[in-house]
Order: sequence, then structure tokens, then C-alpha cells
Amino acid sequence: MMNLSLLLDMTRDGFADRVLLGSHTGGITADDLHRRTVGGARELRRTGATALIYLGVNGPAFPVSMFAAARAGIPLVPLNYRLGDEQLRALVAHHPGALAVTDAGQLDRVRGIGVRAMTLEEWLAVTAELAADEIDEPELQSDAAVIIYTSGTTSAPKGVVIRHSNLLSYVFGSVEFGSAAEDEAALISVPPYHIAAVANAVTNLYAARRTVVLEQFTAAEWLNVARGERITHALVVPTMLARIMTADGVDLRVPSLRTLAYGGAAMPLPVIERALRSWSHVDFVNAYGLTETSSTIAVLGPEDHRTAIGSTDPSIRARLSSAGQVVPSIELQIRDEDGAVLPAGGQGRIWVRGEQVSGEYTGSGSVLDADGFFDTRDVGHLDADGYLFIRGRADDTIIRGGENIAPAEIEDSLLGHPDVVDAVVVGIPDEEWGQRIEAAVVLRVGATASSDSLREHVRSRLRGSKTPDRILIWDELPRTETGKLVRREAVARITRNEPASV
Amino acid sequence: MRAIVGQALASVTDTTTVIVVRAPGEDVEITCGGAAMVETKSSAAGADKQAANPAFANGTLLGKRYENTAGTIELLCTKGGTSSLAIDGEILIIKAAKPLPASD
Repeated sequence: MMNLSLLLDMTRDGFADRVLLGSHTGGITADDLHRRTVGGARELRRTGATALIYLGVNGPAFPVSMFAAARAGIPLVPLNYRLGDEQLRALVAHHPGALAVTDAGQLDRVRGIGVRAMTLEEWLAVTAELAADEIDEPELQSDAAVIIYTSGTTSAPKGVVIRHSNLLSYVFGSVEFGSAAEDEAALISVPPYHIAAVANAVTNLYAARRTVVLEQFTAAEWLNVARGERITHALVVPTMLARIMTADGVDLRVPSLRTLAYGGAAMPLPVIERALRSWSHVDFVNAYGLTETSSTIAVLGPEDHRTAIGSTDPSIRARLSSAGQVVPSIELQIRDEDGAVLPAGGQGRIWVRGEQVSGEYTGSGSVLDADGFFDTRDVGHLDADGYLFIRGRADDTIIRGGENIAPAEIEDSLLGHPDVVDAVVVGIPDEEWGQRIEAAVVLRVGATASSDSLREHVRSRLRGSKTPDRILIWDELPRTETGKLVRREAVARITRNEPASV
Repeated sequence: MRAIVGQALASVTDTTTVIVVRAPGEDVEITCGGAAMVETKSSAAGADKQAANPAFANGTLLGKRYENTAGTIELLCTKGGTSSLAIDGEILIIKAAKPLPASD
């Protein structure tokens, strides 16, 4: 047998009685988890499911689902539980024959769109009931272990196919088996449809490190759980760290914390500087990666952080804003528009190659080039010492609080309003969110829609996190002679035009 | 045989299984307990175990990485056993762990 469940088998063999999920008392041990995933695979075989859709908050059911799906030989498809009905219907349509496990509150909705479903509680109960030591498992190296939908550059989400071999390579390339001491515990606060949640689940398992899940992030709750569970390792997106650092009236002390990793979006410099001062005992790690690369491909490590914050040399200090150095198992190139590889200092598109790189989307083949390199569509440069600086997406994707949002989807929604004839949606740099969403529209002559009514229009069709914070009303949008929207000009005008909101 | 990165191999002398993490670009003989290892998915992996050569019986440890002195091959032990891993007769040694900072 050679698939993702190999990781769990190894941890069970080495650390059978260690609690891996939940609290020290009453948590799930490696042996429990192993047996439950076999139970889950038996249920998936019994139902004939062709994929396992996970539609709920993170929790013990998530790793149970991931490894049960692996043992049954079907992909896990974690979906965003905040998706609207229409978006959800479009995504599940790609997975006929799937079984869904959902939060209780989502059950009727999911069944309503024709998907077989059970609650997370029912799923955990059945996996316990059918638990066993083993089940015949298929060879799956080149098959999909997990399919994660990104918003990408167009409004249609793309399903990234992450193979068993990608995740195994990632784990074997970056983690030492059983390297966690018995007292270590990681706090997980990213949602399960994010690649970091998948990576978290497998790397902590392989290190034999207990994980504790924070279902709903607030700064106060994160701090409470971190102290109460004696958390030693945690991963946050920059927005979360900003909230923790600026929360009013909270106790910032987390004496147990040893390592804090962050990623998913650009970290505002004031936030990381403040965190380094507040938590001088903590090792900070900036991890850069994409869904398509099975998570981390470059790392700014603890010593890099300390050296940078302590340096007066601007080029060293600047590294606090870098993504660090490429991990050993990845090759990285900066290429210009003609595909030529640029030397240090040259800014261009970031291309990567390695066993953990997927480079495949559902419904379309591999997008790797002839040499096996993947175009991240991120723009950046390497400095003389190999530190990677990310400038932003080559495309226009807005990253708000770690969530990738395609402007086109929101623009389409605005254009669906009867009073709107033209619309542009852009990301504006924001200290808390990384980027916030702002928009400008042109109204039909004589129309009287207000900014507030347009925002309400978007909110009712998409969701709160995709609703622009501000919608300006302009006479016309900046376009080239050929009608191409000039987004950077729109950003500049929105930034200059502070009070112009109607 | 030509070892391929990601390949899973099983010992025919004990319970040891490994995954090839780094492979030389040439044919080599990977043995465990002195006998050639076989692919875990092959029928040979399920056959009765042979006796190990006592010169290759120091054991393998779960989760450890094994390499040769030239550093051209690395095998990750996915199940431990009583035999020793070797390449072209050279017993492999445990590679010192150099973990990256925990990034997730």
C-alpha cells in the first residue's frame, strides 16, 4: 500500500498511544485515529462514494475524513461552507457520486442540491462503529488525494489536484518523523478548505504532534486556547496576527508558545515587528506557498527574523518583508516575459519545480512547462543571498485576510444590478486584512442607486467577505483605447479619491 | 535495478519497508539482510521471508533516513526490522536529521 495513509500507519506504529487530536484528556490517539480511518474507509466503500466532500469547520472529523478517503481510494474535497447555494451547486456538480459530511446546519441545504450527506457527528459515530485495524488499500501515488478549489484569476473556481505523491514528497522533504516531543501541541486556526489546513494535518501527524482546532477565530479565544492547551506551535494568517497584536484588553502572554508560522498573504511590516517585540521568546516562521505547490516552498526562519529585526542594514532589515529562502526540495526561477531566467535582483514571474508541485487542475491536464516548471503567476525577485521577495499576483486576485478573491466575480455581481453599466473591483493595501476590497461603478444615466444599496446587492449574492468596503460612483472607468480596463489606474484613483463615496 | 524517487521497497528477509527519497541515476543493488529488495506492490513482497545474511543484520528503525557515505542514495524507513539496508554491499547509515523550521 502506498498512499497518504502511509503517514498515519507510520505514526501509529511509532506512537500508538500518543494523543494526536484534541485535548490531552479525552483526545484521539494515533491508534484511535488509525482505526477510525479504516472505519471511515469501510463506510465510503459501503456507500460507493466517488469522492468525500467536507463541508464544515475544522475538527477531528477532518483528518479522519482525509485518511479515510485515502484508504478508500477516493479524493477528499473540502469546500467552503460559506459559499452561496449557486456556487456550491456548481462545485459539487464536478463530483457526481460524492458523499458529503457537513456541519449540522448545512445538512438540509446540501441534501437540497441533491448530494448524499451526513453530519460530522454522524460521520464520527459511524467511523467509530466500523473501526478496524486494516482494509485492502489501492496504490494511489498519482491519484488525487485532495482537491482544493481556488478562486484563481477568473471567476470560475479551479480545482487543484493534489496527488498522494505531492503530499508525501512535501512531508518527506520537510518534516522529520516523530520529531515532536510529547508535550508539543499545535493550534490550527485555518479553515479546512485552505491548503494550509491540509498541510497542517499531515505534517503534525507525521511529526507525532498533537493538534488542537480553533473553530472560529477571535484574538481573545486564540489566546485563551493557546494558554489553556499549552500550545507550542501555531500557524496564523497575517490578519489573525494583526488582530491578536491590536486586540484591546487581552492578556498577550503565551509562555508555552515556541513557534509561530504565518503565511497565506503578505504580512504588514508593523504587525510582524510588533509581534517580534511582544513575543521575543517565540520562533517566527514565514511560509510561502500555493495550493498548487502543496503548501510551503520558501521559508523565512527564526534566525532570519531575529537578524533582520536587529539589523540597521536596510538590505538585511528588508528581509522581514521577504518570503525567505527556497526549501531544499524545490527549484525556483525568476523568468522575464520572454521566459528567460533572470539573475538575482531581476523582477519577474516566479516558476517552481519539485515533487510536491501539482500543476494540475480538474478538467484540464498538467499546466507544467516542458521542463516541469510551474508558473506561480506571482511576481517577485531574489536578492543576492537567495531571499525571495513577492511583489504580488501577476493577475489581479485580491487577497483579503488570506482568502483569494477574484475581482471578476464581484464585478459580475455589480454588473448584474440594473443601475450599473460598468464596474471595477480592486484590492487596496490594508493593515488589518492585507488588502481590502473597494470598487468603482458607472451608473446608467438617470439612475439613482446608492453605494449602500450596491453593497447590499453584492452581499445578498456573494457573501460578506466578498462585499466591497467602499463603492465609488464615477462618470467613467479608466480604460485603454481598445477598451481594456487599467486596474492600476483604478487603484490609484480610488486611493486618491478618499471621500468620494456616495 | 534503477531506483526511482517515491518507489516503495520491501525486504524479503524481515519486516523492513522503505521509500526511495533520493536515487542515483544508475543501476544499483538495494539489499536488506543481504537480499535484493522488491517493490512492495509486487507479489514477491508477500512471499515467505528468507534468512538474512548475518553480516547485514543490525536492524532498521521506523522513520529514520538511511544514506550511503557518498550521499547518492537516501531511503526512508517506513517499517522497521532486524536486517540492514545496503547499496552494492555498502551498509547504509542513519542520516542526521536536519529539520526545517515548522512552517505549518
